[in-house]
Amino acid sequence: MEAFSHLIGAAFDQQQADADKAASAAASAGFAYGLAAIGPGIGIGYLVGKSVEAMARQPEAAGMVRTTMFLGIAFTEALALIGFVVFILIGL
Amino acid sequence: MIAEAFSFPEINSILRWKDLFSTFNKIALIAVAAAVIGSVIFILAGRKNPLEAPKGVRNLAETSVEFIENGIVMQTMGKDGLGWTPFLLSLFIFIYLCNVPGIIPFLQMPATARMAIPMFLALLVWVIYNGVGLKHQGIKYLTNTIWPPGVPVALKPLVGVIEFISNIIVRPFSLTVRLFANMLAGHILLVTFALLTSSLITAETQQFLLKPMAILPFFMLVFLTAFEVLVAFLQAYIFTILTAVYIGGAAHPEH
Repeated sequence: MEAFSHLIGAAFDQQQADADKAASAAASAGFAYGLAAIGPGIGIGYLVGKSVEAMARQPEAAGMVRTTMFLGIAFTEALALIGFVVFILIGL
Repeated sequence: MIAEAFSFPEINSILRWKDLFSTFNKIALIAVAAAVIGSVIFILAGRKNPLEAPKGVRNLAETSVEFIENGIVMQTMGKDGLGWTPFLLSLFIFIYLCNVPGIIPFLQMPATARMAIPMFLALLVWVIYNGVGLKHQGIKYLTNTIWPPGVPVALKPLVGVIEFISNIIVRPFSLTVRLFANMLAGHILLVTFALLTSSLITAETQQFLLKPMAILPFFMLVFLTAFEVLVAFLQAYIFTILTAVYIGGAAHPEH
């Protein structure tokens, strides 16, 4: 009887540990995405702002600036998206 | 009080679909449909008389060819790259037609929101730009890739490692993840706001203000649907333009 209750206790501890793990995974997934979004957010804002400035100063170069801007956005955004993938992987 | 707490469904239940028949599901159907629709549009457009003023399908096809030539090829590869227009055009049209079902009612699933299609396309692009590099520069391509021209000798070990990782490993990975994660994020956002709307409408509650509140997530849903139209186009454009940049870079290392 003693051994049996030990077994049940161990199984219960295991369940508790799994639940704790899931809860902390969910919480850290939120942090992971939030932190991953800070840098690219600042970066894309700065990049687009500067591009608009360049286009306003020299409207005839707008096409070239726009292409380069999209390239820059694509590279910057990749970091945020990797954060999003990590969020999916550990959170869901 | 809401009777039961609002809970988000399992990620698999919003991404997996029943097989239509074995080994052929909705994603495959969308991908096949995208390939067929794209081909049919351009075959029909190609049969029209080129001397008449374009209209209908021909107009659409000419606009998209012009967009690829002026907006992508000329901006990144210059005149030498015009031979790549057919490849870039079919890449663009296929990705766009795979993205757009994300907002078409009853389909409601971008085929590129599953890893397989973007990954295959990125590997295809990887093989092509490495092939182009080897063809244009011969065996020197390998050294030019990891040491861009003009690197000081002292920096070569460091730059070599960085360039190798970024050119050979990270490029296909980031191409894949960019397309896949953008479409998946859009899909999950749409699901979230649709669920919020429906759970507010069907909530069993005494608060008379709660049900009309469903209008707020509904507006957000409409706005996000419009936003997804933009994202579907933009991601196809970015994938294509990055492909053009990689191919151009492999063909001419000094740029």
